[in-house]
Amino acid sequence: MHQFLFLLFGAICAGGAINLLIQRKTINSALSLIVVMGSLALIYLLLGAEFVAVIQVIIYAGAIMVLYIFVIMLLNAGEEEHSKGSNVAKIFGIPGLFAGGIIGIWVLLQHRPADRLIAIGALYGPADKVGMMLFTKYLLAFEVTSILVLIAIMGAVVLARRSNS
Amino acid sequence: MIPISWYLLLSAFLFACGVTGFLTKRNIITLFMSIELMLNGVNLSFIAFATRLGTLDGHIFVFFVMVVAAAEAAVGLAIIISVYRTRETLNVDRVNLLKL
Repeated sequence: MHQFLFLLFGAICAGGAINLLIQRKTINSALSLIVVMGSLALIYLLLGAEFVAVIQVIIYAGAIMVLYIFVIMLLNAGEEEHSKGSNVAKIFGIPGLFAGGIIGIWVLLQHRPADRLIAIGALYGPADKVGMMLFTKYLLAFEVTSILVLIAIMGAVVLARRSNS
Repeated sequence: MIPISWYLLLSAFLFACGVTGFLTKRNIITLFMSIELMLNGVNLSFIAFATRLGTLDGHIFVFFVMVVAAAEAAVGLAIIISVYRTRETLNVDRVNLLKL
């Protein structure tokens, strides 16, 4: 059952990622990214990451992607323009890609780390445990993050404001 | 019971899709969405390794990655709107004022 669920959501996730690449309209890419994020939230639930799955849906699929779609509709982004690819990419890129892939596979086969099976519920991350850790062990990072968010808010307001000059 | 390497393979696939999109796409909004895809791939390996190691630290890191991604999306989309207002295009090849 675990394998079936993982393969199902993993296939949806991979299909969404490929669809993001092959679509030419920006709005279709955005919608397939939402599919990827939703199926990733279900995979997080399979791994027991309850809190992360919920904030994945709320923040990523909810807030961030709504912002993206809002901007796409605001700027009326249509189909992507075709442009000529560079010759350097064709000459060096494709052989380089193959060489890099072969080297990567070779290194992985040489130093193969021990694999481990994980079951549903091997680790359980509910909101209270994660929150307790966030406010004790990672309190400084959490407070610094609030400054980052404040600066991001001010930056977004300043950048998107129509200048009068 | 499934091996952790399956999760890591899916994570690597998502990251590779993000890199491919970032290098091949021309629309600046699609480039930003490719970055989001890469961040999601990294998040998946954080969660998988948290389960493998039996600690919740990976979940905290995913939380921070999401916060940074939200801040990046807000500022980045503001920059996109600002660029569109001055250059009237979303094609990154047309935004070449700093090119030699």
